[in-house]
Order: sequence, then structure tokens, then C-alpha cells
Amino acid sequence: MTMTTSLTSRAHKGRPDDTPVADRGVWRGAIGLTVLSLAGFGFLYSLAGVGIGQALFPSTANGSIVELDGKVIGSELVAQPFVSERYFQPRPSAASYNTMSLAGSNQARTNPDMRKRLEETRAAVAQREGIEPSAVPNDLITQSGGGIDPHVSPEGASVQVARVARARGLEPSIVEGLVVQYTENKQLGVLGQARVNVLKLNLALDAHKAAPATPAAGAQSESAVPQR
Amino acid sequence: MVEPLLLLSLLLVVGWPLGRYLAAVMRGAPMRSDALFSWIERPIYAALGTRPHVGMSWRGYAGAFLLSNLLLAIVVWVIFMTQAWLPLNPDGVPNMSWDLALHTMVSFLTNTNQQHYSGQAQLSYLSQMTGIVGLQVVTPVMGLAMVAATLRGLFGGRQAMSQDSAQVKATDAKVVVDVGNYWADVTRATLRFVLPLCLVLSALLTWQGVPATLAAGPVASPVEATAEFKEQKIPLGPVSPMVAIKQLGSNGGGWYGPNSTVPLENPTPLSNFLEVFAIALIPVSIIFMVAPFTGRRKFGAMVLGTMLTMSVLTAGISLWSENNSATTLDVALMEGKEVRLGAEASALWASTTTQINNGSVNLMLDSSAPLTGMMSMINMLINAIWGGVGCGLMQFLVYLMLAVFLAGLMTGRTPELFGRKIEGPEVKLLAILVLLQPLVILGFTAITLAIPSITGNSNPGFHGISQVFYEYVSAFANNGSGFEGLGDATVWWNVSCAIVLALGRFPSLVIPLAISAMLASKRRAPEGSGTLHVETPTFALTLIGIVIILTLLQFMPVLVLGPVADHLLLTELLAR
Repeated sequence: MTMTTSLTSRAHKGRPDDTPVADRGVWRGAIGLTVLSLAGFGFLYSLAGVGIGQALFPSTANGSIVELDGKVIGSELVAQPFVSERYFQPRPSAASYNTMSLAGSNQARTNPDMRKRLEETRAAVAQREGIEPSAVPNDLITQSGGGIDPHVSPEGASVQVARVARARGLEPSIVEGLVVQYTENKQLGVLGQARVNVLKLNLALDAHKAAPATPAAGAQSESAVPQR
Repeated sequence: MVEPLLLLSLLLVVGWPLGRYLAAVMRGAPMRSDALFSWIERPIYAALGTRPHVGMSWRGYAGAFLLSNLLLAIVVWVIFMTQAWLPLNPDGVPNMSWDLALHTMVSFLTNTNQQHYSGQAQLSYLSQMTGIVGLQVVTPVMGLAMVAATLRGLFGGRQAMSQDSAQVKATDAKVVVDVGNYWADVTRATLRFVLPLCLVLSALLTWQGVPATLAAGPVASPVEATAEFKEQKIPLGPVSPMVAIKQLGSNGGGWYGPNSTVPLENPTPLSNFLEVFAIALIPVSIIFMVAPFTGRRKFGAMVLGTMLTMSVLTAGISLWSENNSATTLDVALMEGKEVRLGAEASALWASTTTQINNGSVNLMLDSSAPLTGMMSMINMLINAIWGGVGCGLMQFLVYLMLAVFLAGLMTGRTPELFGRKIEGPEVKLLAILVLLQPLVILGFTAITLAIPSITGNSNPGFHGISQVFYEYVSAFANNGSGFEGLGDATVWWNVSCAIVLALGRFPSLVIPLAISAMLASKRRAPEGSGTLHVETPTFALTLIGIVIILTLLQFMPVLVLGPVADHLLLTELLAR
């Protein structure tokens, strides 16, 4: 189909007041706009965004990757499971921390299955930390939205201090000090909530060489907290 | 309450100048940036074969809109179904099935971004960068173009708007109404307005931690590798530019499955604030555009005032429900929420993303308080408290015409809008739009609930009803958020939602444009003492009343059976 654009007579050019409308040439326009949208507005724009990000903020643009001895061990922004007593534990994950199947539980508040799970998790955390069930903070009981929440609340970290200190043979005050050091407050003083990044805190613990760890017998037993 | 107030005031302060700028862009007025942009635009106009100053009739404009949608639909559908064989697929993602690809394509074509797939696992980088991002950029602009054309029609077409009253007579003769040039509207608004905002937001988000790379994500060896957890893939990609347009363009479809709950997509409280601000920025700017674009300052003020009133009311109830109601003491408060964000920021997002018709989430709505979910449904049923880019104002114009007609009947005055009579043919077209919503939403909800083998809800009882209803409300409103526990990646859900998505998009953009052109071709009566004044608080309140009656009352039974009953059950459960 030849679709030459039919425009109005040239005599009217530059006089939009009484220029009749021109409706033809719609195929050519539509094909052009399709290419322009996908290749230009989509692809080239994405490339530009990547270019700006890589040039200005290379670390975050590449996923805030954490390396240890030249080996990639994770990302600051992705929770990973910790099992031994020597580490702080992140929030439970509906996705078992698998980044290919990210999800929340999507269970309703009135769902009996969720109520049952919350009570079981609460009891397991209370047993693990040796505290009253009522003292377990909410964020350690509930599953996050995406399944890889890298943070716990400062309270969620505090209740784990005694256990971690015991397993590492450290003074609780030293561990508590690290928790305080790694607590991020509300951003700009008003936004969000105070939080502790679990991976960063655990790496700081491992790096703490002042008092070499002497794990007590049986301290390596796996956590009883159900992850799902 | 700091964050909601901060958000509202910042939106009003930034939306005002942006709206004035947008009006200049849409009018095609000369501006200082012409030197910069015209060297990009001129070759584009040449390739599209159009002259930007020559306008189109409403039929030509709507035809151009529909045909460009059709071509985009076919190309994107094919890309999704063949992505495994195409370049830029470092993670080896397989092809999409025909029905999932169909639903995904329609969902992004209609500016909805309802997702029955998980992006990090089921789309290649190429699919994301072309099909997804390309549609995310161009579809909101198409909505904006359609509403600009409709506004031109309502005021008699471009000829009448650019002339003084002495020449208005010319439009009364049989001259075709010029509603603007579709190709130029889309090109100008994208290049001069949307993409610059996107690039700024994309950079800010990367600064806060959102990835922006073309390399495949690394596979990490966790600190405590166990038998079940030997390695962890860190999924990356050109995420940041995609999230920027997802938020700004009332899109909502995220890179990762659970959207902005995922820390890679929304890493900090500041990124969260930027993203929620971006949801509302363009729709609010469009409302500020109305006055300078049409030259009717009072009309612009009435639209702004009405939307602002509805917005503050509904946001207030959502915040109260999630943050201050009896359900706040629930141990499950943080279920489906992120520690860095907390309950208030999550409720604010849930309210904003449905008032604006965006559909992105930073909490899992399934696990939020039932009344928060209900307010989200109500926002989507109204779909004109700001609303999506372009389509929000369009829906508001539909309510406006209905309100003029009903108020005219009640007070015994001729229903007139800007001096032109609203008569039988126009009201018949409006009635189609009014009837389509309940027919489609309730019809599909009823069918799906009646056949348990296709329902796929993951929660028992009242909440199960909410899940199904929400999915169709969200699809028809072109919102895209969902009660994500729903097992919706099936042929039934994919195909039925694709139908609902299209029915929610195309009639509601084309019919108002047609009506405006019908009005424009009528003789214009001078506005006098017998005219119904639409630019008054009394009329604004009437309009809100009509919105409530039209949208809420007809859905009341299902709202009572779903979220209200769910709430009563929950309060009883918590009291035990």
C-alpha cells in the first residue's frame, strides 16, 4: 500500500488558523511510532539510564555487591539466610531467600494458616533467643513483602545479642556496640524506620578480631525457625 | 503524619510550574528549548510523514491512536514469544507462552502493568528494554495526547482556541474540528516532558542503590553456605531506568516480581519517597496544565479542588486503617511489609498507587488490613482522583459531563458545558461507559467465583472474594496492582484479564474524544445568567456526590461481602 502523506495545499502552510485537517498517512505514522517507541523511547532511553548510572554511581549501579577475599558473597540489598548461633538472623522469607522466586506470603490476616505460622515462628524465635514469646519483635515473626528484606528492626537485633555473644564467647557489650554502630536511623530524620542491615552486621562480627571466637559446644546447632 | 504532608506539599509546589510547562509543550508554543529539541524532532516528523502544525479530525486522531496501538501490540507480542532466540539475554530466559505473552503485552499496552509473571526470571533484558520500557514510555503519553485532544474539542477545537470570539463564527460553519496532531503530541510530550524527568529519577534511584547495568547478575557464595542454600543469584539489569518510568508513567509493572518491596528496586526510605512522589508527579502536573492549556483558570481550579478533596479524604482513611485502627496492634502488621519502610509509608503508597492508577506496590496488599485493601478498590473504581496519566483527567471529564447533564435535569436548566448543549446522542455514548464498568467487572468476577476450578484464590472465606474482585477491578481500571496470592498465571486469568484490560482502556479514551468533537460542532451559546456554572464549589460537591453514587453504590454488595466482612472477622479474631 502506498501511503504518501496527504497534506493540505501548500498555500495554507504557516496559517494554522484555517488549515483544514489532514487525516491520511496513518500507516506510515503508526509504523514509524512503533519503531520509535520500542527502539528509541524504550531501548535508547534504557541505555542512557544505564550509562548515567554507571558513570555516576558504579557501585550501586552494579547491585551493591559485597566481596570478601575477592569472592562475591552477596549484596547489601539481598537478605541471605544464616543458620548458626554465631550470626544474627534475618527476617523469615516466604521465598526461602531464592531471588528467582521472590514473593511475600500473600496470606490474608484472617487466614488461619498464617495465624498458625506466626505463632509457631514466635515460639521458635523465643526458644532460640531464650526470651518470653511476648518479647519477640513483630518483624522477626512476619515474612517481608519481597522475601529478601535485608534489615531487621533495632529491637529485632537487640534480642539476638545475648545468643550471638554467648556463641562467640564475646562480651555482650561488644556485640551490643556493633548493633548500635550498624543501626541506621530514619533517613533525613523523617523518612522510613530505624533498621540494622543483617549481612553488614554479621560481616562486622566476623571482622572483629579483638577477642577470637571460642564457640561453646553445641552452639553450632541449626536454628529451629521455620523459613516458610 | 510527616511523610504524607511532605508528599502533598511537594507535589503542589512542583506540579504547578511543571503543569505550566506541560501546557506550553502541548500547545506547541515556541519555547527556549526549541533549539535543543527541534533537531531531534524534525527527523522524527519527517520519518513519521507528518507536519506538526497541521491538525487532525477526531476520527483521524482516534484512528492514529488505535492503529499505532495495534502495530505495537503485534510486535511486542512476538518479541515476548521469541525472546530466547533474540540477543541481550545473558541469563538464558526461555520464550513466554502465548497466553502469558498476550496478557503481558495487553497489560503494558493499556498502561496497566498487571503482571502474571516474574520479571527477573521470565523476561530477557531485550524484552524489558524494548517491549516493557518502550510501552511504559509511550502509553501514558498516548493517554495524555488523547485527553489534550478531548480538551481541544470541548473548547471548540484548535481553531476556536487560538482565535478571539469574533472569529468563533467560522467554527460554526461546516469546518472539521481540529483536535490536534497526534504524532506531534506524542513526540513532543515524550521528548520534552517525560523522558527528561525519567533520566533524572533514574539517576537518583541508582544513587540510592537501584542497579543499572547490562551485565548478568553474579552468583554469590553466601557466608554460610548450606546444602539447601549453596549459592544465591543476585538478579540485576537495566533496572533503574525501568523503575523510573514505571513510577512516573502511571505504569506500575516492576522489574522484580514483588515490585518495590524488593530492596533492589526500592533500596532506602529516600528512594521510597522519590518513587511515591514520582507516582503522583505527572498526573498532578496534568491537572495544573488544565488552566493554562484551556485558558479557563476557574475551570482548572475546580478540577484541582475536586480531586484534592477526594484525594485527602481517601488517603486519610487508608492511613488510619493501616496505622491507627484497631488492626494496628496485630502481630501481623509487618507481614508483607519491609522494615526500612514501615507501616505508614506502606499505607501512603497503597493509597497513592490506586488514586493515581499506577499499581506499583511497596507492601503486599493481600496481607494488609482489609480496609486498606477496600480503600484501594474504591480508588480504582472511581479512577479519577488524579487517575493515570491522561486517562485520569479523561475519566474526570466523563463524570463532569454526566454531572452537568444530571444537574441540568435537577435544576431545570439546559445541560450545557462551555456553552454547548449536552443532548441525547452524547448521553447515550456516556451511558455506554457508565454501564461497561459494572457489567465487565461484576460479570467476570461472578463467572470466576462460580467455577472453583478456575478461581485460583489462595485465601479462604471473604478474603478469597476480595482477591478475585480486586483482580478485575484493577484490570478494568488499568491499575495493575493485585492481591498477588491469586494463582493468576493460567490461561483463564490471562485471557479474561486481557479482555477486561482492553475494555477498560480503549472505549474510555476514544468515546470522550468523540463526544467532545460532537460538542465542538454545535453552535456555541453565550454563557449567561441561565447557564449552569460548573466552576463553583456547589457544582464540585454535586460532582463528588455523583461519583460516589455512580461508582460506589453499585459495587456496595461485593465490597460488603469482601473487605468489610473480612475486617469484621479480623477485629473479632484480634479481640479473642
